[in-house]
Amino acid sequence: MSNTIKNITLKIWRQDGPAAKGHFETHKIDEITDEASFLEMLDILNDRLVTDGKEAVVFDHDCREGICGTCSLMIDGQAHGPQRGTATCQLHMRKFNDGDSITIEPWRASAFPIIKDLMVDRSAFDRIIESGGYITAETGGAPDANLIPIPKPIADAAMDSAECIGCGACVAACPNGAANLFTAAKVAHLNRLPQGQAERYSRVESMVETMDDYFGSCTNHGECEAACPKEISIDVIALMHKDYRKAKFSNRKDLARS
Amino acid sequence: MAQVVASHRGPVTGTANKAKKRRPFLLDLYSTAVGKKYAMGISGIAMMGFVLFHMIGNLKMYAGAADLDHYAHFLQTLLYPLAPKGVVLWILRGGLVAMLFLHLHAAWSLTMLNRKARPVKYQSARDYQIANFASRTMRLSGLVILAFLVWHLLDLTFGVVNSEVGNKVLYPGDTEEVKAVYVSVIASFERVPVALFYIVANILLGIHLFHGAWSIFQSFGWNNPRFNKWRRAFATGFAAVVVVGNVSFPIAVMAGVIS
Amino acid sequence: MTLTEQLFAQNTVQLNSKIPAGPMADKWNNYKADMKLVNPNNKRKFKVIVVGTGLAGASAAATLAELGYQVDAFTFHDSARRAHSIAAQGGINGAKNYKGDGDSIHRLFYDTVKGGDFRAREANVHRLAENSVDIIDQMVAQGVPFAREYGGLLDNRSFGGAQVSRTFYARGQTGQQLLLGAYQQFSRQVGLGGVRMFNRSELIDIVVIDGRAAGIVVRDLVTGELTSHSAHAVVLATGGYGNAFFLSTNAMACNVTAAWRAHRKGALFANPCYTQIHPTCIPQSDDSQSKLTLMSESLRNDGRVWVPTNPDETRPAHLIPENERDYYLERLYPSFGNLAPRDISSRAAKRAVDKGLGVGAKKNGVYLDFSDAINRLGRDVVEERYGNLFEMYERIAGENPYEQPMRIYPASHYTMGGLWVDYELMTNVPGLYAAGEANFSDHGANRLGASALMQGLSDGYFVLPYTIGNYLAPMLNQPTPDTNHPEFKRAEQEAQQRFNGYLAVGGTKSPDFFHRELGKIIWDYCGMERTEQGLEKALSEIPALYEEFKKDLRVTGNGESMNQTLEKAGRVDDFFQLGMLMCRDALDRNESCGGHFRAEYQTDDGEALRDDENYCHVSAYEWGGDPMKPRLNVEPLEFEEVHLATRSYK
Repeated sequence: MSNTIKNITLKIWRQDGPAAKGHFETHKIDEITDEASFLEMLDILNDRLVTDGKEAVVFDHDCREGICGTCSLMIDGQAHGPQRGTATCQLHMRKFNDGDSITIEPWRASAFPIIKDLMVDRSAFDRIIESGGYITAETGGAPDANLIPIPKPIADAAMDSAECIGCGACVAACPNGAANLFTAAKVAHLNRLPQGQAERYSRVESMVETMDDYFGSCTNHGECEAACPKEISIDVIALMHKDYRKAKFSNRKDLARS
Repeated sequence: MAQVVASHRGPVTGTANKAKKRRPFLLDLYSTAVGKKYAMGISGIAMMGFVLFHMIGNLKMYAGAADLDHYAHFLQTLLYPLAPKGVVLWILRGGLVAMLFLHLHAAWSLTMLNRKARPVKYQSARDYQIANFASRTMRLSGLVILAFLVWHLLDLTFGVVNSEVGNKVLYPGDTEEVKAVYVSVIASFERVPVALFYIVANILLGIHLFHGAWSIFQSFGWNNPRFNKWRRAFATGFAAVVVVGNVSFPIAVMAGVIS
Repeated sequence: MTLTEQLFAQNTVQLNSKIPAGPMADKWNNYKADMKLVNPNNKRKFKVIVVGTGLAGASAAATLAELGYQVDAFTFHDSARRAHSIAAQGGINGAKNYKGDGDSIHRLFYDTVKGGDFRAREANVHRLAENSVDIIDQMVAQGVPFAREYGGLLDNRSFGGAQVSRTFYARGQTGQQLLLGAYQQFSRQVGLGGVRMFNRSELIDIVVIDGRAAGIVVRDLVTGELTSHSAHAVVLATGGYGNAFFLSTNAMACNVTAAWRAHRKGALFANPCYTQIHPTCIPQSDDSQSKLTLMSESLRNDGRVWVPTNPDETRPAHLIPENERDYYLERLYPSFGNLAPRDISSRAAKRAVDKGLGVGAKKNGVYLDFSDAINRLGRDVVEERYGNLFEMYERIAGENPYEQPMRIYPASHYTMGGLWVDYELMTNVPGLYAAGEANFSDHGANRLGASALMQGLSDGYFVLPYTIGNYLAPMLNQPTPDTNHPEFKRAEQEAQQRFNGYLAVGGTKSPDFFHRELGKIIWDYCGMERTEQGLEKALSEIPALYEEFKKDLRVTGNGESMNQTLEKAGRVDDFFQLGMLMCRDALDRNESCGGHFRAEYQTDDGEALRDDENYCHVSAYEWGGDPMKPRLNVEPLEFEEVHLATRSYK
C-alpha cells in the first residue's frame, strides 16, 4: 500500500546566524516513500549532507507527535504546510506528488529571530506567559479538587483553548506578525475557569502589554486560525479584547479606591 | 512596540518585574495595539453611521430637487433656533473629522508596528488561506477612499471643482432661498470620469466596510455564540446597502433616470 | 545464602536507602516530622540547580523558588513547555476515590507494587500514592482543565492493571495540560525572579568536589560555549533513556547524557534493563522512520486485539470471517481481556507476529479493531471518545480506523531504570538528586499506565522541596563552590576535548547512522524478549560498533554555532555506553519480571517467572572506568505490606 514519490525539489532557506545573510539552497530527493513524514524526508536529506561532508540543515523538532510545539517551518507559503490542523511533524509525504517543488522557509517575525537555517527563537512567547499566563497557586495550599464544580461546557471551552502548543504558527501566518491568538488562547483558558477569576483582569492586562512589546497587531485576517495545528478559534481573541477593555476600567476603579 | 529580542545568551529572570507606567486612562488604553484597535472601531462606527445616513438622506434625490434641497437645508438648520444656523452641522462635521483623524492615526501607527514586527518579509510566495481581498487591502482601499473624500468635499461641499455649488434657489411656497444641491449633484455626475471615480471609490468603500464592520466585533470583543454567525452577514449586508445606495446615484444620473 | 545476600556482601558502595522508621502508612509523616528545616529567611542563601524542566523539573524548580531558594534551571529545549512529559496522553492516577468504588491510598500503593512485579521499594511507592491525592488538588488549583462530568465534578476513567476508576484526564492530552500547568507555575517564578532560566543549554558534565555535588558544566547549544555553574545541590530531572532503542515513542532529543555523566561521576545506575514496551504504537512503516507514535492505551477499552489465524492471509480485515480470527488477549486473559497490563499485552503481540501472523505490508503489527464498538455504541460515541486519536492515526498511517482496524505493535516507551536514589531522592553522591523518569525508584520492573505523570509531579512538588531542605540545613552560610575550582576547569576541558574529538574524527557515517544500528542491536537482543545467547551477542556487537563509531563518525559544521549533528554525536556516544550496561544488567538478572523478560525464565504458558529468592533486589551499577566492566551493587528489597505473589491477570 505504500508508494514512492519521485523527483522532489526542495528549496530550503539556509542562514548561518541571526545577522547573516540567508539564501535558498536547492536539493533533490529522487525517491521517497509516501509513508515518510515531512521531517523524515529532511532527516534523510541531512544524513546525505553529513555523509557528503556538508553541514546539515538546522531545524527545530522534537516529539514528532504534534504536541510539543517545537517544529515549525513555512512550507510552500503556509505555516506547518498544506494540511489543516496538522503540525509539520505530522505532515506526511503522501500529501505531495511526483515532481513537486517544495519551498521551506523559517518563520519570520522580529520577535522570532533566526538562530540558524530554519530554526528561530520563540522565547518571546515565554515572556508573555511569565507576565501573567498562570494562576497563582503556590504548592501546598490547594483546596480539594472537587471543591468548586465547573460546568462541563466551561471546562470543555477552557480545554479547547488550553490545547495551544505554543508553536508560533499563528505569528508566522499572520500578515502582521501578531501573537493575539497565542496570547488569547492562554487568557481564554485561564479566564474562563473559576480558579482564574482572582487574577482575571491583571492577567489580561500584563499579557496584552507584554505581547505588545514584541509582536504586531491583530487586524482580523483570520490566518492564525487557519494555520493553528490545534485549530483554536479566533473567538478567543475577541474574549481577550473584551477582558482587556474591562481590565482598563475595573483596574482604574481599584486604583481609585486605594 | 516591536523590539528585537536580545541576541545575547544568558539566563532569563525577573522578566515580569518591570515598573508599570502610570498614564491617563485614555492614553493608557491607546498606548497598546489592542487599545488602538478600539479607537479604530469606535471611529469606524461613527463613520459607518455617517455613511449610512448620508446615503439614506441622499435617497431624497429620487424624490426630486425640492425634497433634496430642503433636506440639505434642514441639516443646515439643525436645532435652530436653539443653536445658530450651521453650528450643529459644523459640530457634527468636527466630530467626524476628529474620528477620521483618530482612525488615520491608529491605522498609521498600527501599520508601523506591523512593519516592525516583520522587518524581513517572507522570501517565497505566501499562500493565504483565510485572509481575503478585503482584509489585505484595507490600507489601499482606505487611502483611495480618503482621496475620494477630499475630491468629494472639493466637489460638492466647497465647490472648488464644481461651479454649480453655492447657487441658491427659491422654491414656490418657501420664504427664503435654499442651496441648490440637486443641481450641483447632477452637474457633477454628468462628468463621466467623476461618476466613474465615484463608483470605484464606493465599491472600495464597500470592501473596506465589509472587513471593517466585521472586525469591530472582534476588536471590541463582541463575541457570543448566539450572534456570531450573524456578524459576517451584518458586515456584508451593511456594506451592500451603502454601496448599492451610493452607486445608484451616478448611474441614475448617467442613465438619465434623474436629471 | 541467597544470591542477593552474596552480592550484597560484595557491594563496593554503601547503599543506604534511608527509609524512615514506623508503619508503612506513617513513614512519610514521620520523615517530615523529623527532618531538618531551613528558616524561611535563610532559604535565599542556598542555591539549587535543576536540570530539566519537564513535569518533575519544572514543579521542583517552581516550588523551591516559591519557598525562597535561589534556583537555576536548565533545559536543552527552547522553552520549558517542550519537555516530553507533554506527550503523555492517557491520564494521571490519584487515589481520590471520587467514584466511591473502593479506591484508597493503600490500594493504589498495592496496585503499583504489584504492577511493578515486586521490584520497587515499598516505602517510596507508598509515599507516591499518598502524594497522588495532593497532586490532583494542586493541578486543579493551577487551572488544569481536567475532564468533568455534567454535574461539574471531575471525571475518571480506568486504566490497565487497575480495577478501580482513578485516572484523571484531559482529553487525550493529559501530559500536555499537566506540563503546561507546571510550566506556568515555573514561568511565574521566572517572571518574579525566583528562577533563573537557561534555555538551549545542555548538561555535559557533573562536578563533584570533596564528595559532594558542586555543580554542572553546560554547553550552550546556540553558541557552543561551555560554562560552569555551581550550587549547594543539583537536581537531575532529565527523563528516561528509551531512545537507546533508536525507534521509540520518546521525543527525538530525549537522551541519557545527564544521568550517564552523573553515573560516570560516581552515581549508581539502577536496573537499566527495566524498560517498558508499550503495546499500542503504530508499527514501523519504512526503514527511514525516525520515531514511533503511541496510541493511547485507553483505546484498549473499546478496541479488540486480533490477528488472522492463517499466516498467509491476504484479504482485507473486514473480509476475514470471525472463525479465522484469533482474539488472543481475550482468549488468554479472560478476566482482563484487552486491558491486560502493558508488558503482558506487548509480549502476546510479539508472539503473534513472530509466528508470522502479523498484519500490514511488513507483517509487523496486530489489529486493534473498533468495528464491534462502532456497532454497539454507534460511530458518534466512538468518535467522541477517541476522535482525536483516530485522526492522528489517519494522519500517520493514511488509513481510516472507522473503516479498517488500526494496526498496532509494541514500542519502547518508558524506562523504569535510572539513577539509584534513596528515600530522599538523593543519589549516592551527596547533594545530587534525581527526580521523575531519571530515577529508578517507584515503578519496579513495570510501570502502570497513568503513573508516570503522577511520579514526576510527586517528586517535584511534594518530595524534593522537603528532602532538599533536610540536606541543606546543616550547610547554612557555606558559600557555593567556586567555579574556578580545578574540578570545574577539568570538566570543562574534558567536555571541550570530547566535542572537538567528534568533529575531528572525519569518518564517513553520521551519528544517526550509528544510533540506528545501535538501536537495532538493543531492540533485537534487549527488547521485549531477552535470551542469554542474544545478550552475549549484543555485548560483543555493541563494543565493536562503538569502536567503529569512534573511528568512522562524521560530524560536519563547527562547534561554535547551532550544530544538531554535534549534539547528536555526544548523545549517541553515551547511548553506546548505556547500551552495554543495559545488556549486562539483563544478562545478570536470571529471572523474568515486568518489562524484563528472559525467555529462559517463563512458566509453561509463557508468563514471566520471577526468582524472588535470588533477585528480589535492586541492581545498581557503579562506573568502573570501562563501560563493559561496571561494578554491581545490590539493594535488597524487603516487603512488609505487600506479600510477594505471582502476578496474575487471568
